[in-house]
Amino acid sequence: MTDLSIQRPQLQVADLRGDPRRMRTEAIVRGVLLAAALVSVAISGGIVWSLARETYAFVTQVDWSRVLFAEGWYPRQGVYDIRTLIVGSIWVTVIAMLVAGPIGLGSAIYLSEYASPGVRKTLKPTLEVLAGIPSVVLGFFAISVISPDIVEPLFGAGLFNLVAAGIAVGILSIPLVASVSEDALRSVPLALREASYGMGAKKLTTVTRVVIPAAISGLVAAFILAVSRAIGETMVVFIAGGAAGNQAFEVNPTHPGLTMTAAMATQAQGTDQVVGEALTFQSLYFVGAVLFVVTLALNLLANRVVRRVREAY
Amino acid sequence: MALTTIGAGGEAAASAVRAQLTTGRFDPKGTAFKVLLLASLAVSIGVLAVLFLDVGTSAAPVFQTRAESFLSGGLRTSADAAGVFQALRGTVWIGVFVIVLAFPIGVASAVYLEEYAPAGRLARFIDVNIRNLAGVPSIVYGILGLTIFVQQLSGLTGGRSLMAAGITLAILVLPIVIITAAEAIRAVPSTLREAAYGVGATRWEVTRGQVLPYAMPGIITGTVLALARAIGEAAPLLLCGAVTGLLPGKQGLLDLSQLSDRFTALPIVIADWSRTPRAGFDEIAAAAIVVMLAIVLAMNTIAILLRTRFEKRRT
Amino acid sequence: MAPDTEIPADLTEETAPDLSPLAHAEPADSPDREVVFEVSDLNVYYGDFRAVRDVEIGIGQKEITAFIGPSGCGKTTVLRCFNRMNDLIDVARVEGSITYHGVDLYDRDVNPVEVRRRIGMVFQKPNPFPKSIYDNVAYGPKIAGVKGNMDEIVERALRSAALWDEVKDRLKASGMSLSGGQQQRLCIARAIANDPEVLLMDEPCSALDPIATARIEDLMQEIKDKYTIIIVTHNMQQAARVSDRTAFFTTEVNAQSDTRTGLLVECDSTDKMFSNPGDERTENYITGRFG
Repeated sequence: MTDLSIQRPQLQVADLRGDPRRMRTEAIVRGVLLAAALVSVAISGGIVWSLARETYAFVTQVDWSRVLFAEGWYPRQGVYDIRTLIVGSIWVTVIAMLVAGPIGLGSAIYLSEYASPGVRKTLKPTLEVLAGIPSVVLGFFAISVISPDIVEPLFGAGLFNLVAAGIAVGILSIPLVASVSEDALRSVPLALREASYGMGAKKLTTVTRVVIPAAISGLVAAFILAVSRAIGETMVVFIAGGAAGNQAFEVNPTHPGLTMTAAMATQAQGTDQVVGEALTFQSLYFVGAVLFVVTLALNLLANRVVRRVREAY
Repeated sequence: MALTTIGAGGEAAASAVRAQLTTGRFDPKGTAFKVLLLASLAVSIGVLAVLFLDVGTSAAPVFQTRAESFLSGGLRTSADAAGVFQALRGTVWIGVFVIVLAFPIGVASAVYLEEYAPAGRLARFIDVNIRNLAGVPSIVYGILGLTIFVQQLSGLTGGRSLMAAGITLAILVLPIVIITAAEAIRAVPSTLREAAYGVGATRWEVTRGQVLPYAMPGIITGTVLALARAIGEAAPLLLCGAVTGLLPGKQGLLDLSQLSDRFTALPIVIADWSRTPRAGFDEIAAAAIVVMLAIVLAMNTIAILLRTRFEKRRT
Repeated sequence: MAPDTEIPADLTEETAPDLSPLAHAEPADSPDREVVFEVSDLNVYYGDFRAVRDVEIGIGQKEITAFIGPSGCGKTTVLRCFNRMNDLIDVARVEGSITYHGVDLYDRDVNPVEVRRRIGMVFQKPNPFPKSIYDNVAYGPKIAGVKGNMDEIVERALRSAALWDEVKDRLKASGMSLSGGQQQRLCIARAIANDPEVLLMDEPCSALDPIATARIEDLMQEIKDKYTIIIVTHNMQQAARVSDRTAFFTTEVNAQSDTRTGLLVECDSTDKMFSNPGDERTENYITGRFG
C-alpha cells in the first residue's frame, strides 16, 4: 500500500525490493505452470514405461522360433509371426498413400496456385469437414460402399478385405496431406513465381518446374506424416479388414487381413481372461512397442525435414 | 499537329504483332492439368456426398419408425430394440473429462512454454516431446490407459471404467490443446506485453491481464477441435475395456457412480454394430453414425466460426 | 520459449563510416544539479555481440536529456537499461554500473517490477491496451495496489498529458479508437499515472505527424519541472528545441567481426553541443556532414 507521492531521499536497495505478496504470487504461479508443462514429460515416460515392462517380459520369455520362423499370427496358440502383421500394415499403408497422395497433393496445388480467394473459401472447408470425420465412420463406409461397390466388382473380393480398408484409410489421410502440402506450397516466396512468369513461362511450367521443386521438402514431410498416420490407424481395419484374433500369413490384400493396430485391438477386445498362453497378453505390448518405435522414427524424420524447409526461407 | 493514323504498312505490322501476342492463349496441357487438379478436389467432395447419402439412407428408417426409443434405449442383442443412450452417456462423460483435465493443464503448459520458460534445453525438450506425443497412434495411448489407469490405479478409477477411459482420452488430446494454445499465445503482439511490463506489471499480471484475454478465442477454438477429436476415438476405449455386448445397469446421465463402472461410447457402438452381420445392425450403426456426426460436425462448425470471428477481429 | 521484444531496430541498420575510438565522454558537470542516474563502464551484449561499449554519463534531476546519433548506435539499448527492459530479451547482458539515487539498479535484490514503477517508459509506436481509456490509465496504479480515488488519479494523469479535455466525455471508449497522436498522449498519461520520478521516451514522435509531434513537444516542456526525462530521438532539431542536455552517440566498426558497436561520444548542455561541440564527430553529425 503506497500513497501517491513517493518521498525521494537517497534510496536503499530494500526500497526497490517490491511488494512481497505480489512476488509470492508470482513464484507460486511459476511453480504451477512448470508442473503443468512437466505433465507432458510424465506422459511420455508413462508410455515408454507401460510398453517397456511387458515387452521386456515378452522378449525374454518368448520362444523366438515362434516369432521368426513361424507363419501366421495366432497369439492364443502362442504363434507370434509379426511379419504377418507387418505385411498387413504395409498393404494398407501403400494403398492408402496411392489414394491420399495424388488426391491430397492435387487438392493442395489447386488451392494454393489456381483457386481464387472466393473459391478457396468455399472449397477449403470441405477438406476440414473431411478431417473431422471419425475413423469409425470411414470403417462403416468401407464395408457399406467401398467394398461392395468398388472392390468386390473389380477384384472379386469378399466383403472384408484390406483393399477397401486401405482406400478408406487413404480417404482419412487426404486432409493431412492436403494441408501440410498447401502450407509448403504457399511458403514458396512470391518472388520465385514472379521470376518464372517474368520470363514468359506458362502457369503449368511455373507450377511444375519452379513451385513444386521449391516446396519439395515440405511435400515429402507431408507424405511421411501421412504414412505415419496410416500405419497408426486402427478402427478402419478393425471394422473392414475382417480382423479376427488370428490371421494366416497373407500376401493378397483382396483377402481379409490383419495389421499391427488391428491385432492389438482384437487382442484387447473380448473376454476378460486371456485364454491360452500367458504371453498372449504380453504380445499386445510387443506389437505396440514395434508400432510406437516405427511411428516415432517417421515423425522425427518428418519434423527434421520440415525444420530444414523453414530454415531455407 | 494531329496524330497520324497508322498507314497501310503500319497496319500489317500491328496485326502481325497482335498475332504474336495472342498465340498460345489456348494451352491444352495447362488446362488439362488444371482440370485434373480440380478433379482431385472434387473427389473429396464426392466422397463426402456419397458418405452422407449412404449413411443417411441407411439410418432413415430407424429415425422414421422409432427415433425416441433409439435415442433412449440401451444396448440389446436385437437390432430392433437397441438404442444409443448408454453410448451417449459414456461419450458425454468422456467429453467432460477432456474439458476438466486437458483444458487447464494444456493452457497452463502453453503459458509456461511461451511466457515463462527461459530459452534453453528444458524448453526445447518439452517442446519436442509434445510434438512427438501429438504423432503417437491412438491405440498406444490405449496401452498407456490400460497399464496405468485400468491396472495400476484400479483402486482409484475402478479398473475398466469410464474414469480410466476419460483420463486416457484427455491425455490423448492434451498435445493438441497445448500446441493450439501456444500458437494463439504466440500471436499476441509483443508491443502489448511491453506496454504492460513498462508500467511495472509482474509476468503473471501481464499474462493474466493482457496475453490470455487476447489469445482466448484461439485457445477455445483449439480446445473445441480437440474435444471433437476425442469424441470420435475408439481404439483407446477398446483397450480400456469398453463394453460391446450388453451393458447392465440403468444409470441416468448425471449419476456419478457410473464413472467407476463398465461403460460404452458412441464410436465403440458404431464399430461393433458395423461388424455384426445380423439383420438390422447396419441400419442402427448408420443411425448411431448420424448422432455422432451431428455432435462432431456441430463442434467443428463452432470452432471454425470462432476462428473466423477471431481472425476478423485482429485485422 | 518466453517471447521477448526483438532486438531494437536501431541496432540492425547500416551507419556511419570509420571513426577512431575515443576515451569516454564527460560526465554531468553542473555542481548544483542533483544526479538521478550515474552510469559508468556500461557495456551491453546481445549474446557475444557487444552492442554498446563503455558508456559513462550522469542524468540530472528534473531535466530533459536527449540521446541523439545515427541509427544503430545503441541509444535505445542504453535507454532500456535504465528501466531494466532489456531483461525481457533472453540474450541481452548488461555489464557495468547504473545507479539510481545511489542504488545499483542491477543489484540482485532489486526488483525490476519496482524499478519500472518509478521509471516509466513511452514507446516508439503508441501501444495502448485494448481496454477503455480509463482502464488504460488506471492499470498501473491498480496493480501497484494504490488506494485512493482512482477517478482523481486518472483525471490528474490525463490532464498532465494534455488529453483530458478531448476524452473526458468518453472515458469508457476503447483506447484504440483514438488518433495516433492521442494514443501516444494516452500512453504518456498511463506512464504518468504511476507517479514515476523518471520518464524514458523512446522516439515518441517518430510514428506521428508534425502537428501531433509539436503537441507532444509542448507537453514535454509543461511536465519538465515534475519529471526527469530522457528522450531518444532521431530528430536533431527536436533535441535542440526540447532538451537541456544532449548526449551524442555514434558507432565504430569492429575490424575482425565486421560488426558495429555503439558508444557515447560526449554529453553536454544542449546549447553548447549545438553551437560549439567538443568533439569533431559531434560537429560532423550536427552539421550534417554524415548521419
